[in-house]
Parts: sequence; structure tokens; C-alpha cells
Amino acid sequence: MFDPMGAPPALWHNGPTPGGFYNFPAIQTRPSEPITHSKSPVTTATSVIALAYDKGVVIAGDLLASYGSLARYKNCPRILKVNENILLGASGDYADFQYIKSFIEQKIIDEECIGDNIKLKPKSLYCWLTRVMYQRRSKFDPFWNNIIVAGIQDGEPFLGQVDKLGTAYTDRAICTGYAAHIVLPIIRDFLDKNPNPTQAEAKALVLKCMEVLYYRDARSFSKFQIGIMDKEAGSSIEGPLTCEENWEIALVAKN
Amino acid sequence: MFRNQYDSDVTVWSPQGRLHQVEYAMEAVNLGSATVGLKCKDYAAVIALKRASSELSAYQKKIIPIDDHIGIAISGLTADARILSRYMRNECLNYKYSLDTHMPLNRLISMLGNKMQLCTQRYDRRPFGVGLLVAGYDENGAHIYQTCPSANFYDCKAMSIGARSQSARTYLEKHLDELGPCSLEELIKHGLRALRDTLPPEVDLNTKNVSIGYVGKDIKFKILEEGETAPYLALIEGEERRGGGAAAAEIEAQPADPLRGDRPEGDDPQDPVPTVAMDTTE
Amino acid sequence: MSMIERPYYSDYSSAPIQHQFSPYADNGGSVVAIAGDDFAVIAADTRLSAGFSIYTREQNKLFPLSDGTILGCAGCWCDTLTLTRILKSRMQMYQHEHNKTMSTTACAQMLSTLLYYKRFFPYYISNVMVGFDTEGKGCVYSYDPIGHCEKTNYKAGGSAGALLQPLLDNQIAHTNLDKVPKEPLTLEKALALLKDVFISAAERDIYTGDKVLINIITKDGIKEEAFDLRKD
Repeated sequence: MFDPMGAPPALWHNGPTPGGFYNFPAIQTRPSEPITHSKSPVTTATSVIALAYDKGVVIAGDLLASYGSLARYKNCPRILKVNENILLGASGDYADFQYIKSFIEQKIIDEECIGDNIKLKPKSLYCWLTRVMYQRRSKFDPFWNNIIVAGIQDGEPFLGQVDKLGTAYTDRAICTGYAAHIVLPIIRDFLDKNPNPTQAEAKALVLKCMEVLYYRDARSFSKFQIGIMDKEAGSSIEGPLTCEENWEIALVAKN
Repeated sequence: MFRNQYDSDVTVWSPQGRLHQVEYAMEAVNLGSATVGLKCKDYAAVIALKRASSELSAYQKKIIPIDDHIGIAISGLTADARILSRYMRNECLNYKYSLDTHMPLNRLISMLGNKMQLCTQRYDRRPFGVGLLVAGYDENGAHIYQTCPSANFYDCKAMSIGARSQSARTYLEKHLDELGPCSLEELIKHGLRALRDTLPPEVDLNTKNVSIGYVGKDIKFKILEEGETAPYLALIEGEERRGGGAAAAEIEAQPADPLRGDRPEGDDPQDPVPTVAMDTTE
Repeated sequence: MSMIERPYYSDYSSAPIQHQFSPYADNGGSVVAIAGDDFAVIAADTRLSAGFSIYTREQNKLFPLSDGTILGCAGCWCDTLTLTRILKSRMQMYQHEHNKTMSTTACAQMLSTLLYYKRFFPYYISNVMVGFDTEGKGCVYSYDPIGHCEKTNYKAGGSAGALLQPLLDNQIAHTNLDKVPKEPLTLEKALALLKDVFISAAERDIYTGDKVLINIITKDGIKEEAFDLRKD
């Protein structure tokens, strides 16, 4: 940056320094960059969409993990079946998600080892994740994720979200990341008109939303997974599914 | 005051494969006054006989609430029971804090068992000198657990511990089939009758010396003291007392003890029965 | 050799990109509490938001600590969740230790202590607590994030707190009003006022809206009411 109080910069100022050419992308202009302890997400995954219907929940997320704007890994599943009661989806840092996933899986194994046939419930996992995320943010070392816990508890569908601070809430429709801005209004509008959708309607809506996301979110991807947990039919994670894409309109678009 | 060669501390085995110090601790439970625990399909209850250590003192508390869904009745050293109840309360609070649900009974009891076992395997510790009857309700239904100073614990349908508790167990065994489907009121009545059987004939249950704790489906653990027990006591008043009394006291001399169940019979050396007593037991 | 400093382009820097991590979020929400001689009411809107997005329109921000004490929280929601969980545990510990339920005055002091304990990494919450004081009259306790506690008869806190407090001053304490007879506040008047102030707040404050939940404490216990606000 220019120093307003100093001498005017030389005309060649914007170019590389003689001899410094080979270091081009890695120039160290500021020796006094502050070092921060806070991490930043590196390999990131974009939005997750979740919606509760009369007898269960639908949750979906694509398979892409990006390095900034680079679409780096194209087969990174992030919809997870925790047990018979719980599905989980996460956006944000993929490494943090994998770490969280490993200790949730360990928790389930520990629980099975007790052998009392008591299974982790969605509300318990949601509360526990809230505590974990809050504890990490309090150490200034957050897990950089938004996690959606979806499942069925006491015969009722449950959806809850936890973010990297430990902010948590439950609702009938939850979206993380970019989807919170462009997809959530679509879902809320749908629920206003049809407060108790069936599984087929909910699934169709989520599929439509994935398509909208793929067209509009530059960090999204056409391949995705969709997890469904139903009170009667049990749970399944489908995919990889593919968005139907049609870019013919691009030829017509100007500017 | 050594009774034999092998009871110098808890870590010493006797040639018969017994831990004398642990067994002495088991005896501390029999010094406390009797408590009864029993359950039916949806409810669990504990009923305890309270004692006053002197004319001047109040009756000692015997039932301790642990959480909304768990309570314990104690027999043995009250001070040790206090430590154990604090531990159990802590575990329940932590579980509820992190998982937003009540702690399942068996998980609490197995943690408690692990804590108690530690003192039976270290020379610088002594076992907890208290037996607990834990009543609770969780998603697997109503439970009664018995814990011993030996760190054993048992999942029971009904159980009684403490002084002269054999007569109560006899009553419970006799009426086991009736417990399953009965109502909460019936359950408490059975408990009171069982407890009454432990009393010598000249003593009877009254509002001063009985406390009742119960828990179940949709009801939090509740303790009835003094006047609140009167309606239940009235229900069994005037009924003819069975068993009990002197006959039961004889059986008491050989307490049914899980640790001694497999004792080899014959002329192998018998350990003397300790006669130590402390005023701290209830 | 001259040390000419070149302009800084973040894209070409090898220094790590700094996403400044802030452990706090402002999740909005307003709490209003009014106490009279024989009642105390507390109300909070149900919108949970962050910036321009609404997380949910149905977030209860009132936490009954006992049958006679209610806490209302607005501000950083993750801190609220943690604080209220700790309070809930503390209430149970008190119950077990003393064999009685904590009084409102004791709750008020405990909250102040808990907040001050985190003096150097505070819970970013605007807390308002209602209940009955030692004389049996309704009372309101309000707090700053680091534990300052004040006992009053009415209080507005949260995102529209600064907007509503002068309005309550005028309508309840009759500040700057001449010749208005001072009458004891009734529950009906308090509820009507509560509804008016929330409707006004929703007009001006984007972080307040959707719905209001009201908890009314009287000698008969806690009663709940609700009414809708604008949802835009």
C-alpha cells in the first residue's frame, strides 16, 4: 500500500523488484504480518440443506471440497448416518468434519460396547456437539463447520444446527452456508403453502433446491448425496445423484 | 485388633481366596438399619427404617435424592454414603449437561461400581462401608440396583439390606409374583410390610421412623417424610404381622451374602465373625 | 539498496489469509420485563438472527429457573445456551444441598457472580430476570455482560433495549409527565404496554420480530402467552 506521508512511489513500483522475479507468487512484502492463532478453513465444503416432513427428515449436500475457488476434490461425502436415529451433515472445513466424524463414530462404538441397548438420540448428539463447538471456540481454536443434526426422536422429526461458535437452534427447515441465503427462502415459502409435506414432496423440493444451488453457488457441484430418515421406512443415504443441468440459456445471456 | 493372619489390609488374600477386609466392610452394611427397595412395571420405590442415635438427636436421613429420576436408600456408614451420593449427583449432572437427557441407571451404577472397586484393590484405601439400594426410572423402565462395599452390584426385582433384612427378603420372595403388575400404592404397601417384618414385635412402623422414596413413569423421584407417610402407613395398619420377630432374627445370624455363596463347605478354617461396631452406621 | 515498499496484494501474498475469528456473534432479540406489586411479566421476541439472515423464527428466549423465577436472554446465543445450562445445573445443586428451591434474590446474586467470574471473557448477553423479592412483591433484575446487577420494576434489554427503555420510563415511571396521576400498575396495563412496545420495536429494529412469548408470574404460578409480530 502507498504511504501517504512518504515520497511518491517510483514509476515501476507495481512491477517485480529486479532479481525478485522468481519469487513472484510468494513475495513477502510485509515482514510484520501479524500471526494469529485463529485458523481458517482450507478445504471447504459448501451448503447443506435439511427439511423435516410429516414423518421424517431429508438432508442433502454435494460432494465437492474446494481449495478457495478451486474445485479440488470431487468425491467428498459429508452426509453421515450416525445410527438408526440420526443423520448428520456438515459444511465448512472438510478436515474438521472428518475429525468430528471420527470421534462421533467412536462415541457410537463405545455406546454399543456398553450393551444396554440405549442408542444416542438426535437431541443428545445436538446438545453434545453444541458443547464441543462452544468449548473449542472458547479456546480460540474452533472447528470451522456448520453441522446439521437430523433424525427422529420419540416419533417426531428433529432438525438442529450448530455452528463454529456453538450457536445452536432447531427448526423445520435448516440450510447452512450459501443455501441459507438463496434456498431457505424457497423452502420457507413452500412450507407456508404446504405446512405438512409428504416425503415425496419434501424430497422433490430438496432436489429442486440442489439444482438451484448448483446454478447459483459458484462453489457447488452437480454430484450430491441425499439422506432420508423415515419413521416407518427407516433411513438411507442415496447418491451420488446428479443435477440435471442445462446451460443453453448461457448462449442467450449477454454480459 | 487382628482376627487372623490375612486381614492386615484389603490387598491381602487368604488361602481360601478371600479378602477379609472387604468382607468386614460387607458387615458394616448389616449394622445399618433395614431398607427395602422394590419395583413394578412402571415404578420403583425404596422404603427405609430410620434410627435416632440418641434420645436427643433427630432421626438420621436414609434416602438421598440423586437426580429427577434416581434416588438411593443407604445402609451402613452414612459418611461414606454422602461421598458416593455426591459422586452420583455429579455424574448425573454432567451427563445431563452434555447430552440433555437423564443418565441411564446401568451406566451410572457401573461407573459407581468402578469407583468403589478401586478401594478394594489398593493397600492405602479402604472399601466404602455402605450398601445402597438405588431406585430409578429410565428409558429401559424401572430399576432397583443393590451395591455392596465389595463393589459388586446387582440388578434386582426387589431387595432389602441392613440389620435383620433377611425377614424382609423372605417377605419379598414370597410376594414376588404380585409385584410385577401392581400399582404404586400397592408397591409401597408391599415395601412397608416387608420393612415391618424386620422389626422386633414390640416395635412398629410410625411416621417418625419410616421414610418412603419413589420414582416412575412421568413422576420425578419424591421422598415422603414424617406426616406424608401417614396415609400409606394407615393402609397397612392393623394387618396381622407375619413372620418377622424372633424367627427372622435367627436367620439373620447367617446373612445371605453374595461373596460367601460359593464358600466351600467342610472343616476348612472359618474366619471369625467380626464384632466391631461403630456408631456411624445407619 | 533502497528499501522501497511495494503495494500489498492479498492474492499474491504467501502470508496466510486471515479470517479474523471472533468468538462472539450478535444474534439479536429483545427482552422486556415489568413487575407490579403482585405480578411480574417478562417477554421476549422469538427471532434468532445473525446479520441479515434469520436463523429461526421460533426461538424461545425465556428460561424458567424455578416456579417463581424466569430469566430472559438476548445477545450472543452461544453464550446464552451455555449460561442457561450452567444455571440449570446450579439450581439443581442448590436444591440438593439445601433441600429447597432457590429464591429469586438468590438466583439474582448467583447470576451476577457467574457473569463476573467470566469478567475477562464475558458472556455477551443482556440478561433480565423476574420473580418475587423477599417482601413478596414482583421484581426485575437487569444485568450488564460482566455482572453488574440492578433491581428495578421494569427493564428493556437486547437489540431494541435502548429504543424501548425511554418509552417504558415515560409510560410506567411517568418521567417528564406533569399532572398525570400515579396509579399502581395493574397486570392488564403491563400486558397492554408490553404488546405496544414490542410492536413498536419490530417496526424499527430488524433484529426484533416474528412473535413474542410472554411469561406471567403470579401467586398461581407461571402462565404463558404469545402474540405475533411482523415477520419481515
